Amino acid sequence: MSEVTNKMDPSGAPRTHGINMGAIDRSSASSLEENPEIALEVKDLNLFYAEKQALHNVNLLIPRKRVTAFIGPSGCGKSTLLRCFNRMNDLVDNVKIDGQISLDEDDIYAKSMNVAELRRRVGMVFQKPNPFPKSIYENVAYGLRLLGVKDKRRIDEAVEKSLRRAAIWDEVKDRLQDNALGLSGGQQQRLVIARAIAIEPEVLLLDEPASALDPISTLKIEELISELKKDYTIVIVTHNMQQAARVSDYTAFMYMGELIEYGDTNTLFTNPSQKKTEDYITGRYG
Amino acid sequence: MNLEIKKWFDSGTPWIWLNAGAVSISLIMVLGLLGLILVKGMSYFWPANVFEAQYHQANGEQITLIGEISSKETIPVANARDNGYKIEDDNDLERYLVKVGNRDVYGSDFQLVLSTFLSNMHYPQELVVVERREWGNAYGYIVNLKEGDKVITDGQETEVELNKRLQNVLDVFSKITRIQKHQIGSINYEVERLRLKQRKLELEGVTDKAAFETINQQRSELEKKYELLRQEMQVLFEDIRRDSITLKTMTGTELTIPLEKMMRYYKPNAMSVFDKSIFYVEKIWEFVSDDPREANTEGGIFPAIFGTVMMVILMAIMVTPLGVVAAVYLREYAKQGVVIRLIRIAVNNLAGVPSIVYGVFGLGFFVYFLGGNIDALFFPEAAPAPVFGTPGILWSSLTLALLTLPVVIVATEEGLSRIPRSLREGSLALGATKIETLWRIVLPMASPAMMTGLILAVARAAGEVAPLMLVGVVKLAPSLPLDGNFPFMHMERKFMHLGFHIYDVGFQSPNVEAARPLVYATSLLLIVVIVLLNIFAIHFRNSLREKYRSLEH
Repeated sequence: MSEVTNKMDPSGAPRTHGINMGAIDRSSASSLEENPEIALEVKDLNLFYAEKQALHNVNLLIPRKRVTAFIGPSGCGKSTLLRCFNRMNDLVDNVKIDGQISLDEDDIYAKSMNVAELRRRVGMVFQKPNPFPKSIYENVAYGLRLLGVKDKRRIDEAVEKSLRRAAIWDEVKDRLQDNALGLSGGQQQRLVIARAIAIEPEVLLLDEPASALDPISTLKIEELISELKKDYTIVIVTHNMQQAARVSDYTAFMYMGELIEYGDTNTLFTNPSQKKTEDYITGRYG
Repeated sequence: MNLEIKKWFDSGTPWIWLNAGAVSISLIMVLGLLGLILVKGMSYFWPANVFEAQYHQANGEQITLIGEISSKETIPVANARDNGYKIEDDNDLERYLVKVGNRDVYGSDFQLVLSTFLSNMHYPQELVVVERREWGNAYGYIVNLKEGDKVITDGQETEVELNKRLQNVLDVFSKITRIQKHQIGSINYEVERLRLKQRKLELEGVTDKAAFETINQQRSELEKKYELLRQEMQVLFEDIRRDSITLKTMTGTELTIPLEKMMRYYKPNAMSVFDKSIFYVEKIWEFVSDDPREANTEGGIFPAIFGTVMMVILMAIMVTPLGVVAAVYLREYAKQGVVIRLIRIAVNNLAGVPSIVYGVFGLGFFVYFLGGNIDALFFPEAAPAPVFGTPGILWSSLTLALLTLPVVIVATEEGLSRIPRSLREGSLALGATKIETLWRIVLPMASPAMMTGLILAVARAAGEVAPLMLVGVVKLAPSLPLDGNFPFMHMERKFMHLGFHIYDVGFQSPNVEAARPLVYATSLLLIVVIVLLNIFAIHFRNSLREKYRSLEH
């Protein structure tokens, strides 16, 4: 079964409807500092796996060129929500989605939306590094080749640029033709990030990108995220609250498929408005 | 005591012994099989010494025997007494099967003799074995060398002169063979094509005289060419038919052997081990590279090797794409449900259908239905002779492709299901469509599994004989399915096959005793061919594996 379904609510407990929805609407987003532009907008999103509802009426605005973190206990639906942004959930059988998600005003679940095109605009990095069993060079060039780029020089340049931005160029520049599977876990994850940014997406989705890595590699990834937010809208799912606090500008706390609280990272961690958030942050459950 | 046995059982030792025993038995069986075939097959080519001895026959007559001992066995004395031998003591007797050769003189190649009645057994250096193109080996002493009826040499210099003349004859003979096989063969082929062309024009109702005129002109040119070749061959034949040698056989009669009919002669008793080794290698080479002679009991088996390998390769070319495409549909596109499960069960069960059933199907569907319709549609001019509507290498490889299809499908499906989901997602997340992901990531990574399927398919197909007997194999194919005549690949031709060759030589041959070692040698060769094909495929698979080696997710 898929990773996503494994993370579904394991308790099967009855949902608590009617609790205070901590979601922000457009007006509350504008109350966020600096009044940022909005990249992704989620409206009344409900998601069902067969009969089980995994997301309950989620409303969310994700600002452009900022890092937004999703936190919450296992099975709370944060990865599922993330996978809605590039329609990765389409791959799961019997999934049903209600509501609307817009990327720059384009409804990504519209019939006219080309899914491959959408995924080029919304890149994704997974929990476990998943480089292709090809050379380092070919991994990064993969997206470009899909786009039909044939010009060797253009690809060379894009590969180097992406690897530099992913802060791995110095480590691999002498062995670009080696198999990517020979790299360490942390290097592989940075390579995968380079692969994702090689096609210049607008949004980068990171699904627990550091959870399979050692502390030093994690640190490098975190530094990289801070660096990348200059150019990309980043949405990161993480288990690690310290990580969310360190790297993100905004944080959303999810619980049992519902968005409990969303706001400025500092505020959320220091002064949560919801009891559930506070309990989670202080470690009462999770 | 009982407690100790229980302890022994509890320790698990008997279980380990049982497991190890099963492995040992399998190992012994495999090695024994290979050993037997290897020894029997390889010893066939070793030039055995030829003895000369006196032998008391049951009727009291004493004769001279010349030959080589090809096998020994022990028989009860009663058997010998039944055959008229007078023997006093009751010990078992040793009986030799002696290859005396000279089939044209004695009627049979072999003679059974009792070792007790052999006396004065010795190995004269001068004894000669002559390998002939017909009638098998001849044993005896060279008396003289003749040109026509005139004796040129007898005595010491005979051999020098003989070697010289024999070499010349062999050269000319191979020249004649070349002319016959290639030049005249292709002329015949062209003439046949012209005949078909003319017939086609007639059938189409073409009345244009010019068209027929061109054909006639081409034909007369070919006939002229043929006439020239015929004359050339005439001259060559005269050249080699002139000389002959006289051989004194063990009965004292003189046997005249034209040099034209000689392959080689040798004196086994005078040969050193080194000479024999060289001879041995030559014989093995002849075996794998020559055409068969004398109802397949002599000469080589090259056409059978060629046919086997070509049929297997054709089969692989057909079965791989079909199997892979089917597996991709079953695994990647079809909605997994009851229907797909049923299809999968059906595919798996196809692998269990007896191969002869595939042969019957191939004959009925491919040969009669498909082939018959192809003939009716595309080759009306050849009627009533069939072109594709008769067993041939194309139908054989198709039938075997059908037979091995389940193996390829199952192995490929297995490979596809092992590709980690994360890699597919990684590709899709970069904006690849499903088919792009399939072509760029999934199929290359599954290629080692496809190769595994192909290896199993090849191993099965190369050893299969029963269905082939219905759809294309013959005892003796006049020409290879691949030659220099346009269009080079003749898919409609019948072919020879090592597996069938074993059956044919071993059980359908007029000279079973002489052919028995050949059965072993051919079996050995069949195994070698299959092993080589497999090694090639395995090597290829390993390099693919190395290339697509994936971390275990």
